[in-house]
Amino acid sequence: MEQRSLAEVRALVKSHEKPARTGRKLGEEIFFRSLMNIASVLIVGVMGVILVSIFYKGISTFSWSMLTEDMGSGFYLNRGGGIKNAIVGSLYLSLSATLLALVVGLACALCMNVYMVKFPKLLNTARFLLDLIWGVPSIIYGAFGFSLMVFFGVKTSLLAGIITVALFILPIMIRAIDEVMKTVPTGLSESVLSMGSTRSELSYKVYVRQCFPGIVTAVLLAFGRAVGDAASVLYVTGENSKTPTSLLDNATTLPVAIYNQINSPYAATQDKAYASAFVLTLIILLISLLSRYISKRYQKYRIY
Amino acid sequence: MNISNHRRTRDRVITVLTYLAMTFVLLLPFALFIGLAAKSELLFRDNSLGQLLFSSQWRPSSGEFGFKPFIVGSLYVTLIAMLISAPICFLSAIHITQYAPRKAAKIVVTAIDILAGIPSVVYGVWGMVFVVPWLGRIAASLGIQSNGYSILAGGVVLSIMVIPFILNILMEIYRTIPKELTEVSLSLGATRWETIRDVLNRKALPGILAAFGFGFARAFGETMAVLMVVGNVVMIPSGLFDPGYPLPALIANSFGELGSIPEIESALMFAALILLVVVLVFNATLRWLIIRVEKY
Amino acid sequence: MDTQAMDAKMGAGGSAKPFEGEGIIRVDNLNLYAGKTHILKNVNIEIPKNKLTVILGPSGCGKTTLLKCMNRLTDLTPDIKVSGNIYIRDQHTGELPVFGAKTDIVALRRKMGLLSQRPFPLPMNIYNNIAYGLKLRGKYTRAELNDLVEYYLRQVNLWEEVKDRLRSPAVRLSIGQQQRLCLARGLAVNPDIILADEPTSALDPVSSEAIEKQFAALSKDFTLVMVTHVLRQARRIADYVIFMYLGEVIEMRPAQEFFEDPREEQTKKYLSGAFN
Repeated sequence: MEQRSLAEVRALVKSHEKPARTGRKLGEEIFFRSLMNIASVLIVGVMGVILVSIFYKGISTFSWSMLTEDMGSGFYLNRGGGIKNAIVGSLYLSLSATLLALVVGLACALCMNVYMVKFPKLLNTARFLLDLIWGVPSIIYGAFGFSLMVFFGVKTSLLAGIITVALFILPIMIRAIDEVMKTVPTGLSESVLSMGSTRSELSYKVYVRQCFPGIVTAVLLAFGRAVGDAASVLYVTGENSKTPTSLLDNATTLPVAIYNQINSPYAATQDKAYASAFVLTLIILLISLLSRYISKRYQKYRIY
Repeated sequence: MNISNHRRTRDRVITVLTYLAMTFVLLLPFALFIGLAAKSELLFRDNSLGQLLFSSQWRPSSGEFGFKPFIVGSLYVTLIAMLISAPICFLSAIHITQYAPRKAAKIVVTAIDILAGIPSVVYGVWGMVFVVPWLGRIAASLGIQSNGYSILAGGVVLSIMVIPFILNILMEIYRTIPKELTEVSLSLGATRWETIRDVLNRKALPGILAAFGFGFARAFGETMAVLMVVGNVVMIPSGLFDPGYPLPALIANSFGELGSIPEIESALMFAALILLVVVLVFNATLRWLIIRVEKY
Repeated sequence: MDTQAMDAKMGAGGSAKPFEGEGIIRVDNLNLYAGKTHILKNVNIEIPKNKLTVILGPSGCGKTTLLKCMNRLTDLTPDIKVSGNIYIRDQHTGELPVFGAKTDIVALRRKMGLLSQRPFPLPMNIYNNIAYGLKLRGKYTRAELNDLVEYYLRQVNLWEEVKDRLRSPAVRLSIGQQQRLCLARGLAVNPDIILADEPTSALDPVSSEAIEKQFAALSKDFTLVMVTHVLRQARRIADYVIFMYLGEVIEMRPAQEFFEDPREEQTKKYLSGAFN
């Protein structure tokens, strides 16, 4: 072989040449491409089926009075009432938890991207630990929050729920903000620092402004998770058939209310669960729409 | 001079606070572990770890805590969910990133975003209203005694919930494969499909496995939706239409009994601890694998 | 000669053929838009068979795009519109249009090998990097494959360096070795034309020289089309030079004439280093 000329070897290869397309090849590609199409259509279809069925069931059982009335006593025993307290409770809980998580989360993301860039090993360890807790399920935060409560001898309350949910959404928030901040070019921070800014000014003024759309998206993402999660607060907020008026009141949240309604033995109460699920889905969809709109709109305020 | 001093002090205070926040967050995984471990300590007084994990005897009132039915229940439900969602995610990820025209890809991506946003409880309601009765009818037509509340129902609902999670990771993996690799393979005379099959999939393989691993960990801890459709009977399921009782469901469901017997509280915290350890070990191993693979 | 160069510039139809002998690629009035950007403007050139033709020009002048048009890798980028055409000449079938509804893209691409800017070894071991293309195109016995793999690795002087670790992943080779492997991989599938997109830009001087030497030797058997922005490299190895600027072909000449006696004002400026 070694002694053969290139031309001879090329002729040999040429003699083995098969046509570029054969029936078998084409058949295989068509088969897998149809499977892929089916998979994608299935996903869109399932999404459609879920939304349509939730909306259909929900709208047919929905009444406006549900939004304006508190549950009152005996709600799950079919004694009437609405879900105003649950909606308001959920909003109180999620807004405060998101705010709390934002303060801590923003500081963490800035810490990693502005302060810790000088120590790459430390930074890698930090990101590794964050990746670890990123996937921790919410029920664990629920159990942890409960054991904290017992440890400190505190009773169930809105406040305990806020802290628990804040812990739960914190890793989600940090990761989302960190992803955006990683993309800020190093040249930007160098030029700002060389202009005589301190690092804290760099982070809180420049980085926050530069990453504003990303931060807003992260906040809405975390807020959506907070509103929709039931498992983390099952243990810690207690139940309240009225709208909570202080941080130390018990609070019922919308997802927990849905869970309790659907498990009620009364058909009428179960119907209300469908309507409540519809309301919750609507809230979540609105948040996601808002987040798309904002991230598009603020894109143009970026310096780069 | 004064202003400069003021600025420097402010800088220091902010720096310290920032590092404090960071430290707090980084301690969180350890705090979770220690908190739950301390609480489950009570359980170890009368039971060995082996008994807790591998015994099927669950009689809280007589102090017997065998977690095997719950662990097995969790595994079954998660495995069913993965068997359904993994192929769908794999195929759809290739479709979206390689074949689909832009508009079609956008529709699927939007659908995924919506699925990702729907709360667990809503999935649960949907499962109770549609999946459970539907499976009940199927079981009846097969001559199996089941009301539909089963590990299969849990697996089906769960599979839909983890699809957006896995699919998003997979799409990211295919998107980060350099375009030049496709160019090179096409230039060798491969068709588009051969390129995907032999080159892109091989390149993506470690990432694909990691995505499935993360999906598994995610599904393993999912609580509300599964709890609502899985039946919650303490037993080791022997068929798809048998009910099961996964760990997260146990924790969430036994809420009402908290405080009555200290051992029960301890048992629930131990259940949470098992979940936590599984998730942390999965996450840590997969991260480590990804880092190792990236080095090549 | 003068009128032909003018024709090429004006895009006035008739092809510019600044060489004796057989042409293999003919670019006919090619225009390419990416979105609204006009990237290639009225390109008319002809590329000689079994010679080394260098496409030269400052970065961003469309030379890589022109190269990728030749084997339709432009298909991978959405939003690209093309008018005009490229024809590949073949003794048996005559002229094969590159952009055409009936064109078999896979068959077309099989006529051309590609060497990219950075080496992109397939995610397989060294052996399979060479064997993959062969196996796609024909049936070989294990012994035949072994022979061919060895033969082509020897062609690029890589055999001695890798013969003991043919089964280890190709990515573990050094960048220079990887690029030679990629060249061997491209040769093994037996193309008529080799397209090279700045193949030495990621390499150290020693590896770069090795590749250049390979290229000079290969032009006896293959038509080589190489994109570069390194003047000295073009000077060293080119038989013909196509000079492009801002999406237009300014001049196409035999290398010696091009460097010693440039006609166009822009070429003179470029050669004197004004654009770099």
